[in-house]
Amino acid sequence: MTDNVAVIEYRDVTVNAGSNAILDRVSLRIETGERVAYLGRSGAGKTTALKVINGLVTPSSGELLIDGTPIAARPLPELRRRIGYVMQQPALFPHRSVLDNVATVPQLLGWPEERTRAEAVRLLDQLELPAATFGSRFPRSLSGGQQQRVAIARALIAAPEILLCDEPFSALDPLIRAELQTLFRDATRERAATTLVFVTHDVREALRIAERVIVFDEGRVVADTSADAFLTHEHPLVRRFVDA
Amino acid sequence: MNDLLRLTGEHVLIVAIAVSVAIIAGVPLGTFAHRRKRAGGIALRITDVVQTIPSLAMFGFLIPLPFIGGIGARPAIVALVLYSLLPIVRSTLVGLERVDPYVREAAVAMGMTDRQLLWSVELPLATPAIVAGIRIAAVTAIGVATIAAAVGGGGLGTLIFRGVAMVDTRLILSGALPAALLAIGADLVLTRVERAFARRRGEA
Repeated sequence: MTDNVAVIEYRDVTVNAGSNAILDRVSLRIETGERVAYLGRSGAGKTTALKVINGLVTPSSGELLIDGTPIAARPLPELRRRIGYVMQQPALFPHRSVLDNVATVPQLLGWPEERTRAEAVRLLDQLELPAATFGSRFPRSLSGGQQQRVAIARALIAAPEILLCDEPFSALDPLIRAELQTLFRDATRERAATTLVFVTHDVREALRIAERVIVFDEGRVVADTSADAFLTHEHPLVRRFVDA
Repeated sequence: MNDLLRLTGEHVLIVAIAVSVAIIAGVPLGTFAHRRKRAGGIALRITDVVQTIPSLAMFGFLIPLPFIGGIGARPAIVALVLYSLLPIVRSTLVGLERVDPYVREAAVAMGMTDRQLLWSVELPLATPAIVAGIRIAAVTAIGVATIAAAVGGGGLGTLIFRGVAMVDTRLILSGALPAALLAIGADLVLTRVERAFARRRGEA
């Protein structure tokens, strides 16, 4: 990889639903190891922008490149194993134990079992969901916050190059949300090579987790700024987010 | 008594063969119906129509057909397969449709191929529903199989028909009671299997 190749690059990406453009000619570059928040109101296109990265949504026109290669040019399953994904819903596999849920991607990658287990235990402990207590339990017996920790561990275990998060904490109550934000920030900062793209409609969360904030509105990027400069940014929508 | 054991054995064998064939054909058919909604809808409607044919009429239809029809155990098994197909296809389809779309999305986003998604997520999650379909199919088949004796299919129906012809209530009951017990037994056992699968993921 040379210096001028971005880990994620949108080239004029448009996504249409019927006659509506959910994403309207978006061009963006995200560099390796950046921590980016996609901020916007509901329906602004931020989730669609996220799903274009792992191919869950296919652009109607334009293209998305990862490490300089269009994702349309290679098999998606292989690519996706290098991209972590956490949604608002934990979406754990109900028929698999906590440890087996976390082991999903390592199994797809063919890791030896001891390595998978060691890494899963380490991650669950770090996320304060000790494997000794919770490892063999099934998702249904866990609280929402505990399930989301498993989902985060499941996304992080194979040290993904890119981690995509779609409002992972917005269904949790405020205290647990704050606790998880901190745990999440620490767990992801430790992995400096992982590029983070984090969708949220919560300004405080964006500033807490990201160092770059990209604001979406009506399918377009209306502001792209460092977290430090965000509070003084002059775009009217940013002002409204800040003042809210 | 010897007769009773032999006929019960025949009965169980006919049903077991028919339901096994229906599982082997029905689960893939239900999976296909899930992937291809349109073609699946047509397949489902055909099995639906088959289900509405009265069983004695079905045996009648089969008698003149070459290879699969005629007289004896073969047309009996063919008819039972046709009856067992609908509950199994439908329950497979329903079980797959009930898989949480977010769970499916997570599996795809983690890099599962279509085949991995089906085998390691969708089918395991649909298993309790599929077993429920098999239970309904088996209980129905045990009942319908008594009528198969009318086309020489053997089984406990033989005693019932013989009893009717001879106006011998004891003979009728000696066929009807074991048939009823078989149906109740199959229902109990398969309900347990169904629960065991559900319990494995902490549901029950």
